[in-house]
Amino acid sequence: MNRKVGAFAAALAVLAVTFCSAAWADWTLNMPRGVTTISPEIYRLHMLILWVCTVIGVGVFGAMIYAIVTFRKDKGAQPAKFTHNTKAEVIWTTIPALILIALAIPAAETLVKIEDTRDSELTIKVTGFQWGWHYDYIDEGVRFYSFLDRESNAARRLRSGIDPRSVENYLLNVDNPVVVPVDTKVRLLITAADVLHAWWVPQFAVKKDAIPGYVNEAWFTATQTGTFRGQCAELCGMDHGFMPIVVKVVTREEFDEWVAENAAPTMTRSN
Amino acid sequence: MSTTAIDVHAGHHHPKGVWPWIMRWVTTTNHKDIGTLYLTFSLVMLFVGGALAWVIRAELWEPGMQFVQPHVFNQMTTVHALVMVFAAIMPAFAGFANWMIPMLIGAPDMALPRLNNWSFWLLPFATGLLILTFFLPGGAPAAGWTMYPPLVLQQGASLPFSIFAVHLLGLSSIMASINIIVTIMNMRAPGMSLMKMPMFCWTWLITAYLIIIAMPVLAGAVTMLLTDQFFGTSFFSAAGGGDPVMYQHIFWFFGHPEVYIIILPAFGIISQVIPAFSRKPLFGYAAMVYATAAIAFLSLIVWAHHMFTVGMPLGGQLFFMLSTMLIAIPTGVKVFNWTATMWRGSLTFETPMLFALGFLFMFTIGGFSGLMLAIAPADFQYHDSYFVVAHFHYVLVPGALFGAFAGAYYWLPKWTGVMYDEKLGRWHFWLSTIFVNLTFFPQHFLGLAGMPRRIPDYAVQFADFNMMSSIGAFGFGAAQLLFVWIVIKAVRGKGEKAADKPWEGAEGLEWTVPSPAPHHTFDTPPVIK
Repeated sequence: MNRKVGAFAAALAVLAVTFCSAAWADWTLNMPRGVTTISPEIYRLHMLILWVCTVIGVGVFGAMIYAIVTFRKDKGAQPAKFTHNTKAEVIWTTIPALILIALAIPAAETLVKIEDTRDSELTIKVTGFQWGWHYDYIDEGVRFYSFLDRESNAARRLRSGIDPRSVENYLLNVDNPVVVPVDTKVRLLITAADVLHAWWVPQFAVKKDAIPGYVNEAWFTATQTGTFRGQCAELCGMDHGFMPIVVKVVTREEFDEWVAENAAPTMTRSN
Repeated sequence: MSTTAIDVHAGHHHPKGVWPWIMRWVTTTNHKDIGTLYLTFSLVMLFVGGALAWVIRAELWEPGMQFVQPHVFNQMTTVHALVMVFAAIMPAFAGFANWMIPMLIGAPDMALPRLNNWSFWLLPFATGLLILTFFLPGGAPAAGWTMYPPLVLQQGASLPFSIFAVHLLGLSSIMASINIIVTIMNMRAPGMSLMKMPMFCWTWLITAYLIIIAMPVLAGAVTMLLTDQFFGTSFFSAAGGGDPVMYQHIFWFFGHPEVYIIILPAFGIISQVIPAFSRKPLFGYAAMVYATAAIAFLSLIVWAHHMFTVGMPLGGQLFFMLSTMLIAIPTGVKVFNWTATMWRGSLTFETPMLFALGFLFMFTIGGFSGLMLAIAPADFQYHDSYFVVAHFHYVLVPGALFGAFAGAYYWLPKWTGVMYDEKLGRWHFWLSTIFVNLTFFPQHFLGLAGMPRRIPDYAVQFADFNMMSSIGAFGFGAAQLLFVWIVIKAVRGKGEKAADKPWEGAEGLEWTVPSPAPHHTFDTPPVIK
């Protein structure tokens, strides 16, 4: 018994250390709430199911721990003889079913919203390739490649001797970020040139596979300006870990300026 | 078989000379021998897969690339998964099936002993093929264990080798499954109806059907990869009119039943161990059987929840979300019934029970994260992140592997005739439990914070949790050496002599034969009242 208590205390200590140092190092323990119209909804869904699991967990683990502590042979417990209990079995089949229905309804509602790509105000074609991204603002005529930035790329070589901590936004920075206007429904047309990739920006709660031969749709409406970072999320070979995504959300005016500066003047698509 | 023949055979336990000793194991058709071969092989492979995991965790110890090139890292993740799934966990449970099913149902042997021999002996060769690819130009497979095209088709010489290895591994498990089904259906002792079978036989019977349904599908998928690469077909190439997403559908039609193929036999073992150490019959036996069958059925219609991000139509996403959520119901029934089995029992906590309880707690954690992953909108955040890695390792390590440990400690006295070292067994449990949580619990946080899986290097904000995880992984691996030592001690007969029924509360035919179980048991079938 003492040994078990000791081990339990040790486990608690590990957890405590985890959470305390989390505070010191400004770690993220949870899913980001995000900066789009949909992402807080996904966050709330995540928290809902997490709490449902936690409550069920407290009940189930509580019952297990109670049984372990109480019904011990060394405390003289005599085994009961029962082998089933229809009422209990019906209850613990029905209640989870009801909980699941209660979870499925908000989940389905959010899913329907996520899939509604109508009425977008800006369309960007995103092409993943080994190992970077190409962005094509279809109506604005802005096109560019986006690769891992130089500093990260130097530091990430095998035994480079460069401390990753000395590189700003190590592995999460690119040479040419995507620029989008705030409060604008941006539609992404995602595809790939060679193998599978996936476009993921956690703050947008958007993750969509880039598949050769397919054009997948995704959308987001960013509600605040700033720089948001993500990574390729589908194994795509050697440099899968080195094709980040950076999106700068700017005001409408800044965006218009950026387009004016970067649009290829009279270039036609056939070029 | 005459009595003399049995005596002669018993003498073969210690044949003289190396060659006869080798040939005894190569040609054996005895279910206990073959069970031993399976279990030994899987234990060796646990360390091979574990060594690969150590390379992964060493590289992820801190940000920056310290030890291996990214391509080598990808080989490690790929082969680690393939070895653990096909060469460690599945053969471990096949070993339990071989050793125990005939003894649990009062049969003299497996129904098809020669097939049994062959199903085992394909394994080392198949695994050998897979591991040899490390020495081929371009190295071992590096496209992930899921082998998604088009990436997998960029693989070098290892592609046909790994595909052939998968074919052989599939063949081996299909033959083992046929054998198990035939044995259970035809060789139960008189009076043992299906609904009187020990739970382990039930879970294996259902698993065997799942294997027969799922494995040929995998074989088909990888064969299409092979013809795409070498014979000019374009099943999965969009440029040739094919569809890379179709591969994923076919793969996961195999892949999702596969996770239940791995976990159901562990459910069976837990259902043997918990009643034994609670001194109380399994609660809701019939419900447990139906729940197992329901899980198996549902596992066949949920596959696309592994691919919510491929761009399925809304209706498809809703279907796979809802069907996946349904699995929580029968799984919940199992967990509740195990808990109810302990309720008002008379519990003791020998090592098998400790591992069973570890399973109960930590498998449930994996079940919770599984439920979270089922919620499609949230899955867009979890998918392909470390959250998924944490989830499936909770189900596979403190789930399936702890189930196997529980079974090993439970039946080791029957296999070896001596009690294993209880003190060391407890150490093994506590070290494993602490380190497995240290390894995998922080990975939940990493995933939620946005760390993708299968990356050899990561942004610095992920550094501390990764270091914790690595410490856990090194500790967990080292703790398993303790298990090897415990088993070796028991096999060499070092320890207290085990009674025929070493566990006070254990029930079942296996405890009616001597410990160690003689080479042949139940030549005359027992009669079940």
